Formats: sequence, structure tokens, C-alpha cells
Amino acid sequence: MNGAALAAPHYRFPAADCSRIPYGMYLDADIYALEQIRIFHGPVWNFLALEAEIPNPGDFRVVAVGDTPVIVDRARDGSIHAMVNRCAHRGSIVQRALHGNCKVHTCCYHQWSFDLTGRLVGVPFQKGVNGHGGLPADFDKSCHGLQRLRIATLKGVIFGTFADDTPPLEEFLGPLFVRQVERLFHKPIRILGYQRQRIFGNWKLYTDNLRDPNHGGLLHMFQITFGIARLSGTGGARMDDDGKHNLSWAAQGGRADDDTATEGYDETGRGDMNITLRDPSLLRYYKEFPDTLTLAISSLFPASALQQIGNTLAVRQIRTRSANEFEIVSTFFGYEDDDAAMARHRLRKANLAGPAGLVSMEDGEAVELVHRAIVRDADQHSVVEFGGRGPIKDQENLISDVPMRGFWLHYCKLMGITPGAASWA
Amino acid sequence: MGVTPDLWMQVHDLIETYGRLLDADLLEDWVELFVEECHYEIVSRENQSQQLPLSLMLCDNKDMLRDRIFSLRQANIYNIHSDCHVIGLVRAAQTDAAPISATASYSLYQSTQEGESRLFSVGRYYLDLVADPDGLRIARQIVVVDTGAIPTLLATPI
Repeated sequence: MNGAALAAPHYRFPAADCSRIPYGMYLDADIYALEQIRIFHGPVWNFLALEAEIPNPGDFRVVAVGDTPVIVDRARDGSIHAMVNRCAHRGSIVQRALHGNCKVHTCCYHQWSFDLTGRLVGVPFQKGVNGHGGLPADFDKSCHGLQRLRIATLKGVIFGTFADDTPPLEEFLGPLFVRQVERLFHKPIRILGYQRQRIFGNWKLYTDNLRDPNHGGLLHMFQITFGIARLSGTGGARMDDDGKHNLSWAAQGGRADDDTATEGYDETGRGDMNITLRDPSLLRYYKEFPDTLTLAISSLFPASALQQIGNTLAVRQIRTRSANEFEIVSTFFGYEDDDAAMARHRLRKANLAGPAGLVSMEDGEAVELVHRAIVRDADQHSVVEFGGRGPIKDQENLISDVPMRGFWLHYCKLMGITPGAASWA
Repeated sequence: MGVTPDLWMQVHDLIETYGRLLDADLLEDWVELFVEECHYEIVSRENQSQQLPLSLMLCDNKDMLRDRIFSLRQANIYNIHSDCHVIGLVRAAQTDAAPISATASYSLYQSTQEGESRLFSVGRYYLDLVADPDGLRIARQIVVVDTGAIPTLLATPI
């Protein structure tokens, strides 16, 4: 499958550095279909799940890659497997439960069953009854297993790929993001729970959002209003060599308390910025990493993110549903050796993140505001110039959206688009 | 154990007030339905059924509730909407262990400025109540949402 048969409209990227994104890329159903093939089923490692979610043999969880339903499970020998949750017979969902423990995955439609590695092991009435009916004598069960993904794990984080030519996981992530995975998963974790958010807009508006530190201190005013952080604070964005992944970071000891901290906000019309919370215990950060980072969000191409917001730790997976809708599934976790006070602190601090997050709730609204307004003008485009034009470079400040261009350059490469050129490759 | 008709009326009155204050955007008054040492939590059925402790919103004292509302008023940007709670199947109980408890089911519809409505959330309330000179107050409330896939975002309390 290379998607060549799909005739997607050719929206023009007028700038070679992706400083202009045509709105049609967020709207078009044909683009969406092509993305499923060239991006999600392409040469990328998609985040699937955490090993801690399936600790025992037979444990499984149903997840998604783009909009393809996928089972992740652990086989008898402890090995981890991922396969498309679609029966090789007539295409039905096989595993209907969201999670659980089983010996085989059995399709309810005609009771075909698949072992934990995806092999077809049972077909009722395969030989018919008294020589009548059933499958042909030469039917080979070994050719009708569930479609498998290749998987790779790093520190208990499970990734999957559909493509044969995907580079090794650590090469795909690059050293910076291997270190970020190692940092968050440096000791055994405990799953705290899930949060889900359904957003009625294109999934790439959210991956853009993740790569746009500039909006953090302007849209999300909780931290600004309560004097916790400012755009003028210490922070920035770092990327891998391709610019496809982005680490948005902020560090302790920033400039938030300086006299100049509110400079630049004069034109925002936002109100008083030195109000205090009645219960500020929520905001406390208990240092637990050897570095000074208080915020570290690693957005991994194509559609996942590892999140540290203070002591709130989570992995976010974006599951696309159409060009106009996606779901964010966040898996929150702490560490097995958290004491009672830390366990409680993480749960309270989770108030900052997710669909009801005091810091993050605005993202859902921002994505929908854009998606609603661009509906008519597919050939017009957004402007991506904070932090400058041209080559993609790490940013040692927060007033930047350069990582968005990094995402789009890699996206275009996989989609067969040459930005700045008259037409697509 | 059953409750007296008078107590049942008080529970009903409290729940009616609860929905009415939220729907009228009188969020600061809504906070006053809680005692000082209160616990208000919104949790998905998905997490609850797996005994996973993570909630969507967690205020374990009244100051945290006040901060939530204050933040909505001062800092947060969210979809401009009005709420309509439809609350029913109210059940009140009284035991030696739990002075007054109540459960109820809710549907919460949200409407845009242009009058487009959608079902935003359905679920159940689990309430522990205490008698106060001014009437019943909420000591502890767990909102278990069936609609765990939050449409757009969750800003105003359920």
C-alpha cells in the first residue's frame, strides 16, 4: 500500500519552510485517508500502550493507531504483541472488551479464535458436518491470522509500526527523545487512570498546538493569572534531527518574578496577574528528576506525547476519527515507590492537565475555534513565523512556533509533498 | 433504612437547588452548598470500574472548589455555553454509619450561544450530606460520569 491510487487534492504550500500551512490539509477527507496510509501506517513508530497496563500473560488492551483498532497483549512467554483488531474472516471487531485477560481472542460473529500472537487457532465447523459444508480442504489457517504490527519497547513504553522500512525505534526517536523516555520511565510505574477527550476538529491542529510554545502563556492563563509562570520564563523547544519530535520545556528558577515578567502582556487585555489561590498546595512541585525541568512535554511524531507537568505524569495518544474529529486518550501514572503523600499529590495535581485541566482545558476550545473558521477556504493558510523563518532550529525561549514547521516538513516528506513547489511529488 | 418525608423533601430541595444554581451560572452560590471540609470529585466510570484513582476534577476542600470557580471567572477560556441539568431517580438513605446519603442520576445538556444543544454528560451523583442550621449541606460528592470521553472540554462543574 503506498496510497498512490488515492487522488488527493494538491493544496499548495507556498513556502518551502512550511511557514504557511494550507487550511485544506486540516479539512479534506481524502487527505485524511492518505494520512492513514502514509503517516500512521507509514515508516513511524506509533505509541501503543505501557507494559504496566498489561503486566500478566493474557492481559490485553484495545487501542488505536490513527483510526485502526489495535489489540496490544502479552503472550504466555511474556512477549508483547500488537495486531489489528479485525477478524481475518469477515472483518468484524474481534476483541470487544476494552481491556481484560484472555487465553485467545475470539470473534463473536463466527467464533474464529486467535491466540495471543494473532495466529488463527480455531475455526468452528472447519470441516463441516458429515462431509458437508465447511471450508475447502486446502484452507490454510496459517494464512489467516490477525494483521500484525511490529513492536518495539523502550523502558516499558510500547510502540508499533505497520511498515517494513521503519528505522529502529531508537533511531526514529533520536538520542534526545530516547533520553526523555528514559527520564520519565526511570523506575517502575503505577497506572493511576485514564482521561479521554473528544475534540471536534482536525488532529493536526492538536499536534500543532503541542509544538507551539507561544500559545502556552497567552491562551492558558491559569499559570499567568496566578503568577506561576510567564512566557518570559526560562524555557524553550528542542527537536530531533528531522524536527519531527518536539520537547517543550520550562525550568525552575525562571524569570517569572522579575519586574519585566509581565512585559509583553500589555496588549492582551487580560486582567490582574497577581491574584493568589486560596489553596496553592496544588501548585507545589516536589523535585523528582535530576534536572531542573518543571515542564517537559515530548511530542512524538506522529500523534503521541509524553507529559511532565510538575509532578503530573502521563502519556497522551491521539486517535483520529475523521478529518473533523479526534480523541485524546491520556494514561496517567506515578511510580510504584510513591509514598501516600506523593500519590495524593499526583492525583490532586492532575487537576492541572486533561480535559478539565486548569492549565490545559483551553486546547479543546482553541482547536475547535480554528476548525470552525477555516471550513470554507482550503487554499488560504495559517502563518507560522514566530521564532523566524527558514531552517528548523532549537529555541531557547517560549516565543516560538518553529517546532510546528518541523512537524510539517516531516509530514510533507512522508505524504509526498514538496513544500514551496508548484505541485506534489 | 428509609428517611422521613421531611428529610426526603430536604434532600430533594438540595438537589433541585444544586442543579438550578449551576444552570443559572451562580457558581459562587453553588460552592456554598458544600461544607468547609468537603470533597467534590468527578470520576469516569472507566476508571472507577477498574479501581483506578484518577479523577477528572478533584477538590478535597472548599478552598479548592472556590479556586476552581475563581479560575473559571478570571483565567480560563472555555466554550461559551449554558447548562441544563435534568436530575432524577433521587434516592435518600439514612444509616447509623452514614447519617444522610443520597444518589441521583443526571443528564447535562450544553447549549451554544446560537441555541444549538448537545447532550454533554450523563452519570450519577453519590452524596454524603450533613444537617446545617440553614438546611442540608454536601460533605462529600462523587460524580461518576458515564460520558468519560469528554466532549471538547470540561470547565463548569457537573
